[in-house]
Amino acid sequence: MKILTANRLTDGEAVWYAGGAWAETIDSSELAADKAAEERLETIGAASFAANEVVDVNLIDVDVVDGAIHPLRLRERIRAAGPTNRNDLGKQARPNAA
Amino acid sequence: MYRYDEFDHQFVQARVAQFSDQVERRLAGEITEDQFRPLRLMNGVYLQLHAYMLRIAVPYGTLSSKQLRMLAHIARKYDKGYGHFTTRQNIQFNWPALSDVPAILADLASVEMHAIQTSGNCIRNVTADHFAGAAADEAADPRPYAEILRQWSSVHPEFSYLPRKFKIAVTGSERDRAAIQTHDIGLHLKKNAAGELGFAVYVGGGQGRTPLVAKKIRDFLPEQHLLSYCTAILRVYNLYGRRDNKYKARIKILVHETGVEEFTRQVDAEWGELKDGELTLPEADIKAIDAYFAPPALPARPEGDEAIKLARLDSRSFSEWLDQNVVTHRNPDYAAVTISLKGIGEVPGDASDSQMDAVADLAEKYAFDEVRVSHEQNLILPHVARADLKAIYDRLAEIGLATANSDLISDIIACPGLDYCALANARSIIVAQNISKRFASLERQRDIGELKLKISGCINACGHHHVGHIGILGVEKKGAELYQVTLGGSADEHTSVGEIIGRGFGPDEITDAIETVVETYLAIRLDRSEKFLDAYRRVGPAPFKEALYAGEAKAA
Ligand code: HEM
Ligand code: SF4
Repeated sequence: MKILTANRLTDGEAVWYAGGAWAETIDSSELAADKAAEERLETIGAASFAANEVVDVNLIDVDVVDGAIHPLRLRERIRAAGPTNRNDLGKQARPNAA
Repeated sequence: MYRYDEFDHQFVQARVAQFSDQVERRLAGEITEDQFRPLRLMNGVYLQLHAYMLRIAVPYGTLSSKQLRMLAHIARKYDKGYGHFTTRQNIQFNWPALSDVPAILADLASVEMHAIQTSGNCIRNVTADHFAGAAADEAADPRPYAEILRQWSSVHPEFSYLPRKFKIAVTGSERDRAAIQTHDIGLHLKKNAAGELGFAVYVGGGQGRTPLVAKKIRDFLPEQHLLSYCTAILRVYNLYGRRDNKYKARIKILVHETGVEEFTRQVDAEWGELKDGELTLPEADIKAIDAYFAPPALPARPEGDEAIKLARLDSRSFSEWLDQNVVTHRNPDYAAVTISLKGIGEVPGDASDSQMDAVADLAEKYAFDEVRVSHEQNLILPHVARADLKAIYDRLAEIGLATANSDLISDIIACPGLDYCALANARSIIVAQNISKRFASLERQRDIGELKLKISGCINACGHHHVGHIGILGVEKKGAELYQVTLGGSADEHTSVGEIIGRGFGPDEITDAIETVVETYLAIRLDRSEKFLDAYRRVGPAPFKEALYAGEAKAA
């Protein structure tokens, strides 16, 4: 499965595409389970890049484990959570983070 | 210290205004990312995993208290309360919003700082020995020449679009603390028999995926020819350096492929056209720049010896710090202090805003307002009276910066790695932290003695792993982190590239592997005076391979 991710232009914040908008956490990302869905996400990403909303747009591989989205690459897991050496930084530091 | 003249001020202000306008147009959608990217890189703005990153130049690693306080202010106001000092003597902030960068650059300009040429295929920040001007073993302070190179190379029209980035380092001492042989150009300032100043010139060093030690192409270049000769080198590079392949574009590849003799001939031919022309440095100009770097007047403070003797008796930890982190100054009443940014289990090179403020206060009170950033990611107070060392130590202990580990195994260089860097294959920071914790005992570290351990999270080698006595390179294998160990590298006046010792180690194995390497050294060294690097050079890799892999061979 794949999801769409990018960094927001204005502040560089890592974002994921979730049901019509970019979200600041990975949890609610829209999943693409087949080629057609991937292409749809890619088109959305390209349009958002062209509209100067986001940069560095990528489709990334994920698994869904017990309903939670789990990126396959460590790189993407770190993007989704924050630096592994400091849990007071990045998404993991937010009050509502699990 | 160097002070901006009117031209410098105007130049930096103009750049702030120009880039602010570019950011504004980008945010308004008037320019595309493809158009903007090279512009932001020219101003030190990268995009990393979590956010943008801003790299700020610290020319030749020299900062005033006021400048360091401004860095603390930026960390607090625009970032997340800390900064990362790098192997290029710069500082990076990991979380700035693009929309805040113009304000940050304006704040920096107010203290004569900027982020110009901290990225891109141009001549980057010139680095220098962090003990410059203080070292007892120095022919002369190399920083005036670094400043001359900075002025010459800033937006140099001919050298702003080189085949690839270009890094210059200078030292004024035989003992090289600036790693000059790992740079595109390395300059060793020295005196000839007649007492005149000049440079031994090294070219074509570099790390990255093809580590090469620089070659000496001239033994003594009289100082007045510095710019004409560097121009000749850069012209040859600009003309013949490869632009077809990014991985072969550095001058090291050109020197290697052309051969040192032919390359030197080309440089000399070009220099023949330039020598004694308008690039010749007039003595008056060198003197004028020199004057900015005039050492502070150091009043006699002979009471230091007695004060230290008493303080040593009083505090063992002070005594240890004195032995490890304090070095001889050219003035016997004074010393140079290394402030370790490598507390046990801390992130190498990181300092919090309050630590930066506190170090700035110390520098103002005790160190003639001067701080240095070392390429080993520590801070330096270059001129302090020995009589004040105890007061400085006490304050450093209060702010958590008194770890007595300079040059020991926990004084690790580490790049940001996969915790921040978009190019990384593996994490570096956590590896450094685990090794540091494993060797937490200072007694054990001192028994091991000088050992330079350097870690990079990918082959770009920002963490200098190729030239670590022990180097660790993070790679990605089948989606997992793997760490390759190299041994026998060094970045001093006898620079060498380390050799890969064998298969890599997983994140859970790497600390044990390093401990095995260290224990092997302890077992084979002739006595305590034989350092790790000397022992490795004497015996080679065999005993280390045996200790690391023998079990496997038998099992297989
Ligand atoms: C966003 C973060 C960074 C990026 C994208 C980056 C990129 C690179 C690249 C691509 C190279 C290889 C150049 C080549 O082989 O031609 C390199 C080399 C290097 N970088 Fe970085 N780097 C980053 C952070 C750092 C940091 C934090 C430091 C200092 C701690 C640093 C210092 C160096 C040094 C010393 C080298 C090797 C010397 C050489 O140029 O041969 N870089 N970097
Ligand atoms: S060595 Fe690689 S991982 Fe480390 S900072 Fe440089 S580019 Fe990033």
